[in-house]
Amino acid sequence: MAEVQPFKATERKGETFSYLPPLTPEKIRKNIQYLVNQGWNPSIEHTEPEKAFSHYWYMWKLPFFGETSVEKILAEIEACHRANPGQHVRLVGYDNYAQSLGTAFIVHRANSR
Amino acid sequence: MAVKTYQAGVKDYRKTYWTPDYIPLDTDLLACFKIVAQAGVPHEEAAAAVAAESSTGTWTTVWTDLLTDMDYYKGRAYRIEPVPGDPTAFYAFVSYPIDLFEEGSVVNVLTSLVGNVFGFKAIRSLRLEDIRFPIAYVKTCGGPPNGIVVERDRLNKYGRALLGCTIKPKLGLSAKNYGRAVYECLRGGLDFTKDDENINSQPFMRWNHRFEFVMEALHKAEAETGERKGHYLNVTAATFEDMMERAEFAKSLGAPIIMHDFLTGGFTANTSLANWCRKNGMLLHIHRAMHAVLDRNPYHGIHFRVLTKCLRLSGGDHLHSGTVVGKLEGDREATLGWIDTMRESFIPENRSRGLMFDQDWGSMPGVMPVASGGIHVWHMPALVAIFGDDACLQFGGGTLGHPWGNAAGATANRVALEACVDARNQGRQVEREGKDILTEAAQSSPELKIAMETWKEIKFEFDTVDKLDVKTR
Repeated sequence: MAEVQPFKATERKGETFSYLPPLTPEKIRKNIQYLVNQGWNPSIEHTEPEKAFSHYWYMWKLPFFGETSVEKILAEIEACHRANPGQHVRLVGYDNYAQSLGTAFIVHRANSR
Repeated sequence: MAVKTYQAGVKDYRKTYWTPDYIPLDTDLLACFKIVAQAGVPHEEAAAAVAAESSTGTWTTVWTDLLTDMDYYKGRAYRIEPVPGDPTAFYAFVSYPIDLFEEGSVVNVLTSLVGNVFGFKAIRSLRLEDIRFPIAYVKTCGGPPNGIVVERDRLNKYGRALLGCTIKPKLGLSAKNYGRAVYECLRGGLDFTKDDENINSQPFMRWNHRFEFVMEALHKAEAETGERKGHYLNVTAATFEDMMERAEFAKSLGAPIIMHDFLTGGFTANTSLANWCRKNGMLLHIHRAMHAVLDRNPYHGIHFRVLTKCLRLSGGDHLHSGTVVGKLEGDREATLGWIDTMRESFIPENRSRGLMFDQDWGSMPGVMPVASGGIHVWHMPALVAIFGDDACLQFGGGTLGHPWGNAAGATANRVALEACVDARNQGRQVEREGKDILTEAAQSSPELKIAMETWKEIKFEFDTVDKLDVKTR
C-alpha cells in the first residue's frame, strides 16, 4: 500500500453517492426516510446512460407529492426500473421551500462507459 | 417650530448625538461599535462622538448646519451596553437614517461608518461589530449574481456539500503543468479547483495561457466523468479594464465560474464584476485576502460578520468563511453566525453567536460559504456536521498532498464526503462516529485508506485570538 499506485482510467460517475459502493437496500430505505423526514417531495427520473449529462431526465409519472411511505416510494422506483431496463433510475427530493432539490441520487445504475 | 440660532464653538457631542430615548426606525441602518474610550471620556460622550463623526458631525459647530434639518440627517447613539467579560470596553449602538447613504453602495456605507471615525483621538480603540442593513436598503443592492439555488441547478449538485481544491504550489507553475494538476483533481472526483489568490498574471504564467489550459482540463474531466465541473479562474487584476478583459475571455472559453478578491480588489470593482456576472450567467467565487488585517484584533477594525454582509450586498456566489477545524482562525459559534448570515434569508439577533441585530435579507440570494485552509479527510465528519450541505469544502494540501497524487486525493475526499452524508442520512451522529464512518468507507477505497494513514496526526489546536465576548475568558 505504501508504494505509489497508478490511478485508473476515469470512470463515468453519477453525482451524489456515486463514489460509494452501490447502496444496500437498507441504506436506500434510510435515505428515502431521510428525504421524507425533511418534508421533501419524492420524484423518480430515468434516462438512457448516453443522455445522462442533461439536466432533464425522463420523469416517471409525476412527483409523488405528499408521499411519505418509504415502501410505496421504493415500489415506484422498482416499477420504473422494470419498465426501463438498461437505464439509470434516480430519486430526487423536491424542496419546495428552497425551490431546489434537497437531494438526488441514482438508485439503479445502468452499465455505461 | 423652535428657532435655532448659530453659536460658534465646540459643543459636547452628547448634546446632539446621544439620544437614549430614540426608537430606531425599520428603515434606519443600525451599527454596533465596540469602543475603548480615552481616560476620562464618559461612555455617552464617546458613543455620541462616534455617531457624529460617522454621520453629519465635525469637531466644531458650523453655520451651514442651520441650512439643513440636522435632526433628520444625524446619526444617533441610542444605547450603550457593557461588553461581557471586559470592563475596559463597551458597545455603542448607533442608528443612521437611510438617506445618509447612496442606494446600492456598500462603498458609501463603509466610507461613513469606518472612515475618519477610526482615527478619532477621543477614542482609544474602535471596532465595528455588526451592522443591521434595513430591508429597504438591501432591496437597492444587486447581491449575489446567482446564489446557492441557481449554482446547484447549473452544476447539478444536490444533497451534499461541494468539493474543491486550491492548486499548489501557489506560485511558479507553467500554464500547462497547472492544467495537469487541475485535470487530475477533477477527474478524481472534485467539483471545483481554484486559482490561488496570489495567481493573477505573473511572468511564469500569464492569465490567458492559464485560462486556456485549465478549460481544456475541465472539459476533458467533464466528458470523462459525466459530471459538471468548475475552476475558479481568478480575474483579479491591477485595473478594472484588465479584470473585465479576463472575465470576458473566461466566458468565451465556456467557463462556468470566475473568482475575485473583494478586499484587495475593492468593493467598487467587486460590485461591477458581480453585475457583469449576473448579466452573463457566470458564477462568482470570492476570496477574502486582507480580511484578517481588518477583523482579527478584538479591539480594532471591522468584524468579519460585517464584511460578510457587505459582500452579500456587493455580490458574490461563494465566500470564504473559515473552517473552524483547519489551520486558520475561527471560533465555532462565531463562524456559525456568519455562515447563517451568508446563507439564510432572515437571521435573528443571537448574542451567543455575536449577532447583535436581526438581519432580514428578503429575497436576496444566499452566498455559499467556502471552508478552506489546512483541512483533510479526518476533518470531514466535523465539516459535514458544522456546514451541512450548502457549502464548498476545499482541500488543497489535503488533495494534492496525497501519496498517490491529485486524482487519488480527490477520490479520497469525495468518498469521505459521501460516506459522511450517507451516514448522516442513516441517522448516525457523524461527528461522534466520524472515525468509524471513515474507517468503514476506507474498506472499499484504498485512496481514502492511505489518506487517513497519511494525515492521522495533523491537528491545528491553537487558541482563537478573536473570541466572542463572553463573561468568562
